[in-house]
Amino acid sequence: MREITLAKAVNEAIAEEMRRDPTIFLLGEDVAEAGTPFKVLSGLVEEFGPERIVDTPISEPGFVGIAVGAALTGSRPIVDLMFGDFLFLVMDQLCNQAAKARYMSGGKLNVPMVLRTNLGATRRSAAQHSQSLHALVAHIPGLKVALPSSAYEAKGLMKTAIRDNDPVVIFEDKLMYQDKAPVPEEEYLIPFGEAAILRAGRDVTLVATSSMVQVSLAAAEILAREGVSAEVVDPRTIVPLDEDTILASVRKTSRAIVVDEGHRSYGVSAEIAARISEKAFYHLDAPVARLAAMDVPVPFSPALEDLTVPTADDVVAAARRMLRGEVRDAA
Amino acid sequence: MNASDNTAEYLRLYEQMARIRAFEDNANQLYLSAKMPGLTHMYTGQEAVAVGLCEALETTDHITSTHRGHGHCVAKGAHFKEMFCELLGKAEGYCRGKGGSMHIADQANGNLGANAIVGGSAGIATGAALSAKRLGTGAVTVCFFGDGALGQGLLYEVMNMAALWKLPVVYACENNHYGEYTRTEEMAAGDLCARAAAFGIETHQVDGQDVLAVNRLARDLVARARKGEGPFFVLLDTYRWHGHHVGDINRAYYRPKDEEALWKETRDPILNFGKWLEGEGIADADALVEIGERVRREAAEAVAYAEAAAYPPAHEVDMHVYATPGTADRGRKELDHA
Ligand SMILES: Cc1ncc(C[n+]2csc(CCOP(=O)(O)OP(=O)(O)O)c2C)c(N)n1
Ligand SMILES: [Mg+2]
Repeated sequence: MREITLAKAVNEAIAEEMRRDPTIFLLGEDVAEAGTPFKVLSGLVEEFGPERIVDTPISEPGFVGIAVGAALTGSRPIVDLMFGDFLFLVMDQLCNQAAKARYMSGGKLNVPMVLRTNLGATRRSAAQHSQSLHALVAHIPGLKVALPSSAYEAKGLMKTAIRDNDPVVIFEDKLMYQDKAPVPEEEYLIPFGEAAILRAGRDVTLVATSSMVQVSLAAAEILAREGVSAEVVDPRTIVPLDEDTILASVRKTSRAIVVDEGHRSYGVSAEIAARISEKAFYHLDAPVARLAAMDVPVPFSPALEDLTVPTADDVVAAARRMLRGEVRDAA
Repeated sequence: MNASDNTAEYLRLYEQMARIRAFEDNANQLYLSAKMPGLTHMYTGQEAVAVGLCEALETTDHITSTHRGHGHCVAKGAHFKEMFCELLGKAEGYCRGKGGSMHIADQANGNLGANAIVGGSAGIATGAALSAKRLGTGAVTVCFFGDGALGQGLLYEVMNMAALWKLPVVYACENNHYGEYTRTEEMAAGDLCARAAAFGIETHQVDGQDVLAVNRLARDLVARARKGEGPFFVLLDTYRWHGHHVGDINRAYYRPKDEEALWKETRDPILNFGKWLEGEGIADADALVEIGERVRREAAEAVAYAEAAAYPPAHEVDMHVYATPGTADRGRKELDHA
């Protein structure tokens, strides 16, 4: 199968959907001629023109609000938010307006919009350009949240997001834009709420999201050499969350480590760990462990930044401890 | 005003601009030689804006800065060593390596910080001005921002409040004609100054390549702001020589090469001010060359120092999150039960 970059996969997904459905348009900063700073959207304005690939001023709350209004009235907008960190600017429009319109209207209003943005540290971009804020939107009922972990997922999830009738926030890992993966030429969609088992195993389940999927796969490889068989599960969407696949895996392995790049406290890793603890407690041989970003703003200095994000070695160490039955701090 | 009476001040304007240029040339070189982590935004070309405004301020006055903030930082009195250390993520940097290029702050000199959120400092600047008024410190705040920040609603909320409450703040809009890869006309409708004027704010336009013009206007506005006549809005016409950031090399698709050449060749704020100094007999060519060499030596020494300096030790990673250590969850990325 051909291999394409994650950037190209996103580009293809948007282009294919825009060809299919004339109600789709895209708006954001430097999306047209510049094709975004990460060059993800290059070529789209040439094909679809500036009426459908719309450059905006640097007015995030404004253009997200405009997308909500357009979505309510028959358009299917895709908003490009250059950095996930800018979510903080658009929270009212996204969380008070887009997320609640269907419910508050008793099901009468529809907000079929996609907000595509990114997450991920270790790009030396400091505290306001490095955050992984998916937990923030996953907390708000009414928003769906997709976390592609490779070019394949990025394309399939984007196409599903565009066809979905609810607001979807899709986070790409900005370190992965140039990473290639096999992506079929033929059309495919990835349904929301279906986790992927990326590696089968018996001894421990690694539930990993987005940027942490590669980290966990690398860890599983190292563990395999030590005779430890790790299963890697990628939820792909955290809202909706495919609990069944995660729980079935944990029931099989009896051990679970959740790996996610959001902050550790009150985050996605906590939510998934809680669900496992609630629903598979009697199958567990050890407390569920979490690996996440430290609870600090992302520091600029490489010497510090690299300490804040889980690595494959961290996952391996956690798995070893768990398999040795070392449980500290657990009552 | 008799030009030669102010020789020291004029030479200082020149030297401060030359210092920014030297700083940026070195920062760019650090990027090109892959010694600098991440990216940075060059201030080169806009020196007269930062220097003209900051030379009208006291150390106790405040500024807020932007992602393109090295120039503001130098102009407000920062030292090269601590700045280069910060750019390289070293412990002796202004922010102990935690901030980097886009977040340098220099408390001692009244620089409340660069900002990686476009328009993100408009509220902070206005708050500093409110605080100065409440506390009776007499301090004035200059809020630097680019033309791109005119898109941010926050700016209009705070300008309204500043006007209602007559705050000692100068909103300094550096119109370098582009926000990233888009021309200002494609991002901002109508007359730019009219936006501030709508709140009853006195507005001015000035050639941002003419350090004397900027400085004269700034001295007048800062003095008046101190007396309670603020706020003010100043639109400064200027140009960035480099790309949006150091990695923005192929930019002909959004910015014509001959436009770049024209600004560089005919509107270099340092070269032009140097010619004026010579013409007025304030300094001769040798003196200006000497200044340029001195600041370049200073920059080179600071770079060498920063390259050899130490990174912050690992335990600093969870320092400075709160004033009270131990407030945050002690668990790091590692298992806290392990
Ligand atoms: C709120 C926000 N939106 C978008 C960005 C990305 N961004 C960084 S600089 C920039 C352009 C800013 O233009 P301008 O204010 O004119 O400053 P200049 O770069 O020209 O100095 C953009 C869009 C950002 N940092 N913050
Ligand atoms: Mg600009």
